Amino acid sequence: MSNTNPTEHRLSDEGSAVKITPAAGAASSSIVDPVLECDNVDVFYGNFRAVTDVSMDFGINEITALIGPSGCGKSTLLRSLNRMNDLVDGARVTGRISFQGEDIYGPDVDAIEVRRRIGMVFQKPNPFPKSIYDNIAYGPRVIGMKPSNLDDLVEEALTKAALWDEVKDKLKQSAFGLSGGQQQRLCIARTIAVKPDIILMDEPCSALDPIATMRIEDLMVELKKDYTIVIVTHNMQQAARVADRTAFFTALADDTTGNRTGVLVEYDTTTKIFEDPSDQRTEDYISGRFG
Amino acid sequence: MSVFAPIGRHVGEGTIRGRARGGDSSASSILFLGVLWLSLFLAFAFLVTLIVTTVIEGSPRLNALLLTEFPASRPEEAGARPAILGSMMVIGFTALLTLPLGIAAGVHLEEFSDRNHWWNRIVELNVQNLAAVPSIVYGLLTLGALSAIGVKDKNIVIAGATALSLLILPVIIIVTREALRGVPIEIRQGSLALGATSLQTLFRQTLPSAVPGIATGSILALSRALGEAAPLLILGALVFVSFDPNGLLSGYTTLPIQIFNWTGRPQEEFHVLAAAASILLLILLLAMNAIAIVIRNRYQKRW
Repeated sequence: MSNTNPTEHRLSDEGSAVKITPAAGAASSSIVDPVLECDNVDVFYGNFRAVTDVSMDFGINEITALIGPSGCGKSTLLRSLNRMNDLVDGARVTGRISFQGEDIYGPDVDAIEVRRRIGMVFQKPNPFPKSIYDNIAYGPRVIGMKPSNLDDLVEEALTKAALWDEVKDKLKQSAFGLSGGQQQRLCIARTIAVKPDIILMDEPCSALDPIATMRIEDLMVELKKDYTIVIVTHNMQQAARVADRTAFFTALADDTTGNRTGVLVEYDTTTKIFEDPSDQRTEDYISGRFG
Repeated sequence: MSVFAPIGRHVGEGTIRGRARGGDSSASSILFLGVLWLSLFLAFAFLVTLIVTTVIEGSPRLNALLLTEFPASRPEEAGARPAILGSMMVIGFTALLTLPLGIAAGVHLEEFSDRNHWWNRIVELNVQNLAAVPSIVYGLLTLGALSAIGVKDKNIVIAGATALSLLILPVIIIVTREALRGVPIEIRQGSLALGATSLQTLFRQTLPSAVPGIATGSILALSRALGEAAPLLILGALVFVSFDPNGLLSGYTTLPIQIFNWTGRPQEEFHVLAAAASILLLILLLAMNAIAIVIRNRYQKRW
């Protein structure tokens, strides 16, 4: 990045004892076409630094998994990728997160537009208290899309989310009548309907049973053709099954303040992370010795 | 030793049959349950006695004349027509004044204001406190305000509605906030994550989901205002009104004031009239509360 980075050298300025291990595969040349780039990203809640100095790129039409123990800042990082963190009082991001080369926290950038281009699926399925049809149509309606045929758009989104066959006869029924797995696929369909470029998923299967989880995973691999997906998961097998690249985060205690902050330990292809990790902490985590 | 107990695992002595100490069937539990039932019975008994005696006393005059006639010096010809119309008019204007203001204030406090800012915390604390202020204080406040702007005749519909609005405004704000708080944060996040603005999220998701709660609370607050007499008495509403109120600046009386008026008369017949009017007021209040319950049950969302 050519622009001056205000966060440079800040760690040493503050006398912080956090040791940042350079991420082995971060920004490796193997990501030819990054759609989303993080450069020296810190995320703060008030004075608390939840994430420290993350630099990583997300490849287009790839699934990137963020794994690590609780409190390692992976969800926080995910939420700052589409400015959902703006909604938390006192949350702020330093460093640079760029989407297609543009700083998403830049002065001329509207968070609303960022969230439209970078959609999000949440941990707990959160359908709106509306019909299945209206759940899908909500996004296109509020962002002022003028599809030639809304019905077709709804069908397309539900088809892409592998839900159409199950709900095509009950589109006018409440979304609350669906099972948990169906609700989550509905939420994915809802996100697809506004035609985003990236879909962020925050532990999308943690509230689902194994069968429903499997269907969501199949769906993710299918969606990869059209979208870039970033997924936070506690399930390492899930990361191993679906992700092209995996980033391992952990929480380090700052010696001066005692606060724990999330750091990126290692970022590489999923195969490399799971078969031949270069950092001992990654190996300990994925082999179940820690976390 | 049971074959199912793994070696080394502790298996407790004794049986699980019989009564547990301090359980539901112990003496202290039964005694406590008895006290609860007694409390409920006493509260209920007072209410029933009150309603039954009022109905018995007022039933001779609970007829069409009560609804159609104006107050008169001869009790057999007197009715509560202007009081019924006055009550409806004052409550109607109270609703018009309070609901937009109260709901907007509640939405701002709950959805948009920075809760950690000292100013918002003071506002919040004050709203809570204002909800507990005696109604007569609001009457005095309105009286003082009207005097300050030089209104001589304070027995007008808009003055009464203003006093009652001030009285229930904090309640409306609080129920709006409670109703909004009942809408899960996930709904707001889901909407915003699709690229909706915060206003779209408010008007298309949060507020519609909160409407049943707001409606229920507002109707209950309005029914409280309907039964109020004190602030209106301060404003001089206790007059002999023998015409229908016809506008914001019209003189008026309301049912509670009419009841108060008749109760103060020496003739026994007026006391019967007062009882009959009380029944009418009770029916109105019960009807409003019933509407609130119906709205709550029909539209309440379960998350």
